[in-house]
Amino acid sequence: MSDVVHGRLRALLGTAGVERDAAGLPRAIPDSADALSLVCRLAHDEGWKIRIEGQGTWLPADAPADLAVSTRALDQVVSVSPADLVATVQAGTPLEALRRRLADEGMWLALDPPGRPERSLGSIMATATAGPLRHGFGPVRDHVLGCTVATGDGRLVKAGGRVVKNVAGYDLTKLQVGGFGGFGIIAEAHLRLRALPRADVTLLARGMRDALTSAARDAMAAELVPAALELLSPALAAEADWVLAARFVGTDAAVQGDVRRLAPIGNLAWQPLTPDKTAPFWSLVARGSQGGPVTLRLGVLGNGVDDTIDLLAHDLDDNLLSAGAGSGMIRWTGDAPVERLRAVRRAAAAREIPMTLERAPWPVRRALGHFGAYREGVGQLVGQLRDTFDPGQCLQVALEGSGGDGER
Amino acid sequence: MIGPALVEALGRIVGPKWVRHRRAELRTYTMDGLPTRESYPGAVVMPGTAAQVREIVRLLHLTDVPFVARGAGTGLSGGAVADPDAVLVSLTRLNRILSVDRARRRAVVEPGVVNARLSEAVAPLGLYYVPDPSSQSACTVGGNVAENAGGPHCLKYGVTTNHIVQLDVVLPDGSELRLGSTHGEPWGPDLVGLFVGSEGMFGIATAITVRLEPLPPSVRTMLADFPTVRAASEAVSSVIATGIVPAAMEMMDRACVAAVEASIYAAGYPTDAAAVLLVELDGQADAVAAEADIVQAILLERGARAVRSASTPGDRARLWQGRKKAFGAMGRIAPDLAVQDAVVPRSSLPDIMDRIAEIRDRHALSISNVFHAGDGNLHPNISFDRRDADVVRRVHVACTEIMAACVEAGGSITGEHGVGSDKLGYMPLIFDAETLGAMRAVRRVFDPAERANPGKVVPIHACREWRAAPGARL
Repeated sequence: MSDVVHGRLRALLGTAGVERDAAGLPRAIPDSADALSLVCRLAHDEGWKIRIEGQGTWLPADAPADLAVSTRALDQVVSVSPADLVATVQAGTPLEALRRRLADEGMWLALDPPGRPERSLGSIMATATAGPLRHGFGPVRDHVLGCTVATGDGRLVKAGGRVVKNVAGYDLTKLQVGGFGGFGIIAEAHLRLRALPRADVTLLARGMRDALTSAARDAMAAELVPAALELLSPALAAEADWVLAARFVGTDAAVQGDVRRLAPIGNLAWQPLTPDKTAPFWSLVARGSQGGPVTLRLGVLGNGVDDTIDLLAHDLDDNLLSAGAGSGMIRWTGDAPVERLRAVRRAAAAREIPMTLERAPWPVRRALGHFGAYREGVGQLVGQLRDTFDPGQCLQVALEGSGGDGER
Repeated sequence: MIGPALVEALGRIVGPKWVRHRRAELRTYTMDGLPTRESYPGAVVMPGTAAQVREIVRLLHLTDVPFVARGAGTGLSGGAVADPDAVLVSLTRLNRILSVDRARRRAVVEPGVVNARLSEAVAPLGLYYVPDPSSQSACTVGGNVAENAGGPHCLKYGVTTNHIVQLDVVLPDGSELRLGSTHGEPWGPDLVGLFVGSEGMFGIATAITVRLEPLPPSVRTMLADFPTVRAASEAVSSVIATGIVPAAMEMMDRACVAAVEASIYAAGYPTDAAAVLLVELDGQADAVAAEADIVQAILLERGARAVRSASTPGDRARLWQGRKKAFGAMGRIAPDLAVQDAVVPRSSLPDIMDRIAEIRDRHALSISNVFHAGDGNLHPNISFDRRDADVVRRVHVACTEIMAACVEAGGSITGEHGVGSDKLGYMPLIFDAETLGAMRAVRRVFDPAERANPGKVVPIHACREWRAAPGARL
């Protein structure tokens, strides 16, 4: 079987477009959206299962499949427009490569996702994994103006556009961002950029967790406008205590003003990071979210942050944990058996808190699903949308778990 | 046509006085804000509760009758107009603010709540609802959700989709779903994001959870007048390039300023300017003051003849008055106004304004431009008299040319008004048959029989066929 798949892919993409992974599985490496769609069409026609891969740094490449499709050769920054603050990039482009390119032209993409800097943009979009900057700049979807997607049966859908305001047609981009590849493989995207800020300051306060979450609420009430206001567990921040990190970006006056207003918040000793320490600090936090095989995110706001961290600490642990004080997102990384994770999802759902499995080995993904504990009727709708975009069920993506607990 | 039995059945759900079916009663509902599309609905029903909405939709599902949801009818794309074989579901009685959570900055509202009323209601808590379409004193939050409405202050804070976190919806078969979560994290795929902007074709939202923002402690409004539209457009890009994101950046051209100043809404704008630019900064006072200095220097450097600045609510309101009332002022020029809506990349603004002027002159039309310059969202508004068939034809040709020019520049055919019925024909300019097919297929997941707001948004003849999802509700 594997030889047949390999041979057919080689005929389609040429020798350079196919390889085998460490286990001998044929891996297609298309270098254009058209080639990607051809691979999907072939798989659909043959009834082959596809494992989607990017740069191979976030989701483990372990889903059972007849072939892997890697976006790593789709690594071109197609265009950058400083005047419009828009970039068009292929999905396999590593975040770090885009960051360098943009910095040269005085711009940035205001996303700091968990994981390694070479993570592909396609992975970040498909999993909608935003980092602490979500507080100030919104979730991943707010940065994606449009995208080209190859569906499971090899159709190329070009959703959205490349302008910042656009309501033409249904917003199919929203379905793809955070769809974990279940509705297609992102080939290319138009991204919204920002001018590099004049000032970028991070301050840290250390202390007991409760004192820090309370201070975070005070900061919100004081109408500070941090780009990030993130509570970090000691292990994640590589510190002895819990840390509340506040990051301010913008003009010098705006940043200095907010830094002044932050000083009395929570009776904490706010210590600014020196400029040479700022990027390494946030990079450490991003990498820390990969310090275990499983990463979860839960959406929760305000007072619910404390309770939800208690829930996680009780049922799992609070070792590698971060919480966006204002953005309403808690991220947990670690290891736990499926049943325990499922219990956490149920307990969270009972409090009206959604839990998304961001990252895990395939057996956990398959059993638990990226999503679950849907409200009545939602699972059916999601299933029909999947059937629409992947009618042959070729895309090996576990949106819902196999445990029959898609809906509650 | 809608038969008497259905009219009576609708009356049993909502009470007979909340059903309209005689021709004279239906007159009000034959149009929305688009003057070129007129159609009598078969009947109008006005539910007063979410439960009644569900009962109505179930009845229409059972009888296989199409329906069109409608808010205040201020839409500008002919989206809220129904054909005689359809029932128009007017949601204006569902106008309750169901709850406000100050600490979490959330409100739950019914779809018929008027946009501006929501902000007024939460102002005592120091909060407001950001999206502010020009029609905000009349338009409803439900209509805003359907259209993914924008407004001047969306430059900094985003459009409707960025402010909706959870929706209770009735699907076209009468089933009910809750999408999203109050926290803002999607529950599964982002179905709230998909639903917002679906123009009433996926179902009816009966409860909408919105994000509220704190009222900014300090606001500065600046008005700059420029000798050329090009200079004003370039000033917009220069400001954005500093990294400062103004709350709003609005431009009016000479024709628009003339219309405003000749009306009761006169705001003291300089009538000899080629373009007037309104820039608003908000935030903490020290930051606003420092950023205002930077912005003012840029505006002058880019050729502004003068920059007026206001910080008090009264002075700011005066600067804004002309902008807010521009559409009303244009109403004096001619009996009808085609309020157009298109988007270009910001860098294309100077060129596209030249193109629009050329199109205007060639077709001998009167066009006033008032638009959201910061995000390239144009509103070239054509004043005309629809009783003159030749003028109507020229308006249509000019609109088509303007759309084509915007698409050619890398833009879109609508930034905030929606496709409705008005822009169906332009959809193939920006989407290929496969993508249009995908949109239709997604619609059929929500509405397999395509009975919700039929005939809008996606030109069916231009779609490549996608098979309906197996197991779709029928």
